[in-house]
Amino acid sequence: MKVVLQNLTKVFPNRDKKAGNDVVAVSDFNLEIPDGKLIGLLGPSGCGKSTTLYMISGLQKPTGGRIFFGDDDVTEISTENRGIGLVFQNYALYPHMTVLQNILFPLQNLKGADKLSKADMLERAHEAAKLVQIDELMERKPSELSGGQQQRVAIARALVKMPRVLLLDEPLSNLDARLRLQTREEIRRIQKETGITTVFVTHDQEEAMSISDMIVVMKLGVVQQTGKPQDVYDDPVNLFVAKFLGTPPINVLAGKVEGGKVYIGDEAVLEISGVEDREVYIGIRPEGFELDDNGPLSCELSNVEVMGRDVSVVSKNPASVNPVIRSIIDADNKVDLSAGVVKYRVKPHKFFLFDRETEERIRYEVK
Amino acid sequence: MVDSKQQWKAWLYLLPAIVLLLVFTVWPIINTVRMAFMEGYNGLAIVGGASFKFGIGNFTKVISFTSFKTSLYNTMLLCVLTVPISTFLALLIAVALNSIKVFKKTLQTIFFLPYVTNSIAIGMVFAAMFNIVGNMGTDGHDIIITAGIINNFIQLFGGEPINWINAGSSYWANMTVMVVYIVWNALPFKILVLLGGLQSVNKQYYDAAKVDGTPKSRVFTRITVPLLSPMLAYVIITGFIGGFKEYSSIVGIFGEDMGPAGAPRRLNTIVGYIYDALPKMNYGQASAAALILFAIIFVVTMINLQISKKRVHY
Ligand SMILES: Nc1ncnc2c1ncn2[C@@H]1O[C@H](COP(=O)(O)OP(=O)(O)OP(=O)(O)O)[C@@H](O)[C@H]1O
Ligand SMILES: [Mg+2]
Repeated sequence: MKVVLQNLTKVFPNRDKKAGNDVVAVSDFNLEIPDGKLIGLLGPSGCGKSTTLYMISGLQKPTGGRIFFGDDDVTEISTENRGIGLVFQNYALYPHMTVLQNILFPLQNLKGADKLSKADMLERAHEAAKLVQIDELMERKPSELSGGQQQRVAIARALVKMPRVLLLDEPLSNLDARLRLQTREEIRRIQKETGITTVFVTHDQEEAMSISDMIVVMKLGVVQQTGKPQDVYDDPVNLFVAKFLGTPPINVLAGKVEGGKVYIGDEAVLEISGVEDREVYIGIRPEGFELDDNGPLSCELSNVEVMGRDVSVVSKNPASVNPVIRSIIDADNKVDLSAGVVKYRVKPHKFFLFDRETEERIRYEVK
Repeated sequence: MVDSKQQWKAWLYLLPAIVLLLVFTVWPIINTVRMAFMEGYNGLAIVGGASFKFGIGNFTKVISFTSFKTSLYNTMLLCVLTVPISTFLALLIAVALNSIKVFKKTLQTIFFLPYVTNSIAIGMVFAAMFNIVGNMGTDGHDIIITAGIINNFIQLFGGEPINWINAGSSYWANMTVMVVYIVWNALPFKILVLLGGLQSVNKQYYDAAKVDGTPKSRVFTRITVPLLSPMLAYVIITGFIGGFKEYSSIVGIFGEDMGPAGAPRRLNTIVGYIYDALPKMNYGQASAAALILFAIIFVVTMINLQISKKRVHY
């Protein structure tokens, strides 16, 4: 099922009518989710991810815009009839039902041609439970489960009726690191097997990048960039997106372009063309540095952290916006801590320029 | 734990309350039990030096009286009829009130009004509503003039006026009026409790039910009622306790005769029976009846609690 969002907007009116500032939770959201794909909706807290999801589910009515499932306009269709599965940010398991009853509940609501026999329902419920490894806990009440177990019950409940569209609101936020990794692989596998079009909300960029066919980065209700995870990482449209993706995060430095050269402090680090003289922010990915004794960029060396295959070099530069600059280089390179200074060359495709005011990307050509 | 040197202070502060409780609550309870087991106790003869025989004579006597059996029957019937009806109606009204947006506050106030109105006064209003101003057959003609609004309504729709509460009325007509009145009187408290319960139910369960494609009727039976079960158990248990102590509502409509003119005591209740025994100096029997009432309430409440243990869902 293809899902299309057209100019989707949600405004929450302010409680105090006179104060006037309405909350624009989602603003003019346009997106086409191809059939059977998994979309990662990504952004910091409060940027409108849950609101977008609730509008797709029909639980919240958009202030403007339209929603299509396939060719059907579902904007006015109630949640009950949209055939979606939704995992709530705080699970919303029915507290008075056992795990089994919770998972059975959506199946018991099916009517007409979809109606199942008792045995079929039980089988489907157990299948769904096995998928998320909670088949041992079927007789427990939600209050007798850990946060992670509750979350998995919620996933099973959403999956069991084979929805047309699956919506997941931070479904892994309460799992421990290992289970998180495991469950996200599971979700990806199940999603691929069933071919259910899925929207996955998270504020963990690594999670979104690792399982999504496509990611959407949001900020304050506005979509910043949409694309394949790697493409968005390699080619961010603005400083916000560049900073939001990647661990360790991108290094940001204040600098300027003058006479076809990019300066950090008074060191010209890269020769470029196509950009007039101006003040800029410079973003360099941690893997965008190369050690070079004759390199143009010199930083004050403060620490070297060995991480097996790679080493992470922590250094300082007065132009840096963050307290430290972190670079990741191959462990074969020996860094001499006693030197006190480290010299770098930069890789142009990991080196981005942004406008000082708008923080929009400035494109350039390497000379 | 409070420092033991300070404990006398705590006791000092509690003392006034303890003294009052001992004098006006604990001692009367003990005394009631004592009186109930002194056969024929009337509060006077002890002056003459004679002592009352200790035994269960008061109980056997009370139980053998038809008037007590009538009271017991009336009380039970009222409980069995009014508690389920009022609980069910209160549930429907609470759910309806919770789901509307406009006039919510106004309607809430209207439904709450009976709670803050004197029940004797309401009883008199009900008596007027169900009234039928007797037969005015002074000159040989039997002209029945109806004055109560209920009979006006019945006539408006072409029915015969019913003698609800006046002389010559039937037992079941009387009971119907009592049930309507008691249910109406019991609604506000129950609505209040259930509405409070509904408003504290997390809205997300309803969102989840929508996502699961649940029809409205199933949302009510499978989500709303189970989530309200603790409140439902509470209003049912307190409803039964209140029902067994029914008295003033009957006084409100039928007066202290506890029945229509010509059939006094027909609608008497256990509490009414106890009050009747007191002016006749039958303290022993009144105490015995009070203990029987206590035992009934105790047993019924225990049964209720046992059932709710199975039914209350979390
Ligand atoms: N019912 C509401 N009334 C008013 N404002 C709301 C309402 N629901 C959400 N908002 C506001 O809309 C904005 C977006 O909220 P939303 O829940 O979509 O954020 P989110 O991206 O899911 O954040 P998180 O990652 O913390 O879950 C927030 O500023 C929030 O305060
Ligand atoms: Mg959210």
